Amino acid sequence: MKTSTPTTPQSNPLLEVEGLTKYFGGLRAVNDFNMTIYPGELVGLIGPNGAGKTTVFNQITGIYLPTKGSVKFNGVNLVGFEPHEITRAGIGRTFQNIRLFNNLSVLDNVRIAFHATSGYNLFDTIVSNNKFSQKENEIVEKSQDLLEVMKLSRFQNEIVKNLPYGEQRRVEIARAMACQPQLLLLDEPAAGMNPREILQLMDMIHFIRDNFNLTILLIEHQMRVVMGICERITVMDFGEVIARGNPKEIQGNPKVVEAYLGKGAANVA
Amino acid sequence: MDITTLLISFVKIVAVVAYFYGLFWVMGIKGKKIQLGKKEFDISILVNIFGVFIGFLLIQLALTPFGSFSILTNFDRGLLFQACSMVMVALGLNLIYGFNGQFSLGQYGFYGIGAYTAADITYRWVNGDSRGLIVVGIGTILGAVVIMLIRKFLTNLRRMPVLSSFTLYLIGSVLAGVVAVFAGKLIAPAINPFLGSALQPGLLNQQVPMYFVFFLAVIFAGIFAAEVSFLFGLPVLSLGSDYFGIATLGFTIVVYTLMVNSDTILPFPEMKGGRGMIGIPKLTTWFWAFLFMMLVIITMRNIIRSSTGRSIMSVREDEIAARSMGIDVAETKLMSFVIGSLFAGIGGGVYAHYIGFLSPGAFDFLVGFNPLIIIVFGGLGSMTGTITASFGWIFFLEGTLREILGKISTEAPSWRYVLYPLTLLLLMLVRPQGLLGSVEWGYLKSKVIPLRKSKNTDEVKSA
Repeated sequence: MKTSTPTTPQSNPLLEVEGLTKYFGGLRAVNDFNMTIYPGELVGLIGPNGAGKTTVFNQITGIYLPTKGSVKFNGVNLVGFEPHEITRAGIGRTFQNIRLFNNLSVLDNVRIAFHATSGYNLFDTIVSNNKFSQKENEIVEKSQDLLEVMKLSRFQNEIVKNLPYGEQRRVEIARAMACQPQLLLLDEPAAGMNPREILQLMDMIHFIRDNFNLTILLIEHQMRVVMGICERITVMDFGEVIARGNPKEIQGNPKVVEAYLGKGAANVA
Repeated sequence: MDITTLLISFVKIVAVVAYFYGLFWVMGIKGKKIQLGKKEFDISILVNIFGVFIGFLLIQLALTPFGSFSILTNFDRGLLFQACSMVMVALGLNLIYGFNGQFSLGQYGFYGIGAYTAADITYRWVNGDSRGLIVVGIGTILGAVVIMLIRKFLTNLRRMPVLSSFTLYLIGSVLAGVVAVFAGKLIAPAINPFLGSALQPGLLNQQVPMYFVFFLAVIFAGIFAAEVSFLFGLPVLSLGSDYFGIATLGFTIVVYTLMVNSDTILPFPEMKGGRGMIGIPKLTTWFWAFLFMMLVIITMRNIIRSSTGRSIMSVREDEIAARSMGIDVAETKLMSFVIGSLFAGIGGGVYAHYIGFLSPGAFDFLVGFNPLIIIVFGGLGSMTGTITASFGWIFFLEGTLREILGKISTEAPSWRYVLYPLTLLLLMLVRPQGLLGSVEWGYLKSKVIPLRKSKNTDEVKSA
């Protein structure tokens, strides 16, 4: 594994979130959220339950339409685009409560994400010509590469709902990477994993970041993960950003301790 | 009760199932190689085609009478064609409901549209009027072109409300229809003299051109049904699944009502409204039924086993996840709905020309549950299940039960509608995933990709 050096901020940010606000009826879920991510960074977004982290994710990926604010990706404002267009633009994601295609095989789950870049159309499909089989083989090859990276090769033909929880999480990451994203959003990737699996996952996240030229933004509850791998951390509480900084700074921030660590310090490793 | 009749009809059902097993097995043969001189040739495709041909001949032979005896009686022949058209309708519905997860009750509406459209074309043709073919042909092709053009135009406009784009499509299609009608008025008089009349068939009413017209009629009927489903599906598919089901039910009722009043509120006196359309040329032979059925099966299989098919299934599994994986959910739903309706339309065309008589009652929404029952019976998301269930269903319900109950008394066949719900109930209790679940045979089976040997390059160090 390469040693990760904090990337020096370049002139062009990859993702620029400005004044993002979301109301659900009268409930203000996210208020004036700002964040800038530069290429190659590994950024963490933490906060107690209900702080609005996932809402931020859903607004970035277009599942929710923001009430106010802008999300600029490579300089293009993504607000108002459909989720599939945002994914095609280069943002891949995983979900907090795993959303896999349960009745399909692991390989199929990953292959589905290659649909947008499959390179053949419906006509090629129906007549099943050479172009079709060639591109299909390419997709299989690429999917198997990803499965190998995520150490899922031996589960390839299993139905995904039969896999253990930790493996399902990894399938989700593999599937998100199959969208060939520049920015990968991971929503609580370590939820429900045991300490050993968490260590593996941390290695894996580092590995894919370094080898696939990715920028990663992750939400996490496990302090072990966040403090261990993130270079910068943003802390949210009640829809507002309460602190930013590197892990050291965050751990010492009294506001964070009050909002987050103070309540459940015993759980924090 | 006659035991032999019972036995024979059960043997027939088993034979049909075995027939399809064999057919798909032959079609699925891969990697057959032959040594010719020094070169090796892959002859699996030839084997497959030959197998399909043998499959066709087998039934053809069984249908051919030797003197007064044939293995499949005239009655069985009817069941066979009915089952073939049912396969197409049910496969279409399985694509929509089983694979894409959109609960639709509108399948029989499209089936009816296909049947009436195809029947009208050939009916007019044999009666010396070529307008049916010209109008429907030009209309569907022009309509398809217009829809494609509008689609291309709309991709540049972001976030167009569904109703606005629907209005655009509707105007485009109606214009295409109007153009087709005028074209029909202009061109038809030039062709009509070659058709002659029903009593004195002209040059183009001989057997060969007639079958050509029949082929076109069925294809155009399918495309027409697909275009109607496109226009209908565009606004309605944005509704959630249950609401979509209700809307499609409404569609079936609309189609039924239009059929009943086809001679009064629609300008088609030859359809004779609720009295039923008679005099449709009986052109469906085993060749055509088999051809269209195989076309539908192969098309559907190729779609399902591709990236498109996987995207269709992903929408069924989880819409939000599918969207986040770069799949255009709205387009995927619309596509499977349109393709499903295309199959139904083709099935309708085949059905109309086998039975020779169309009555709106055959497309009532109550009967419209049949394909739904079949795909649930055979297994949602299983093509093999749908095909075998279609044949088994028709042969059991319309064949075996009718024959056996018919021996008891003339009214007894009505008991079928008590017996089959009970069968269904029993199946649901014993095997809720349907007869075959998601099992597929031979050709229809998805290729299992073998595990790859680790390339052993940048493996992640485990902690």
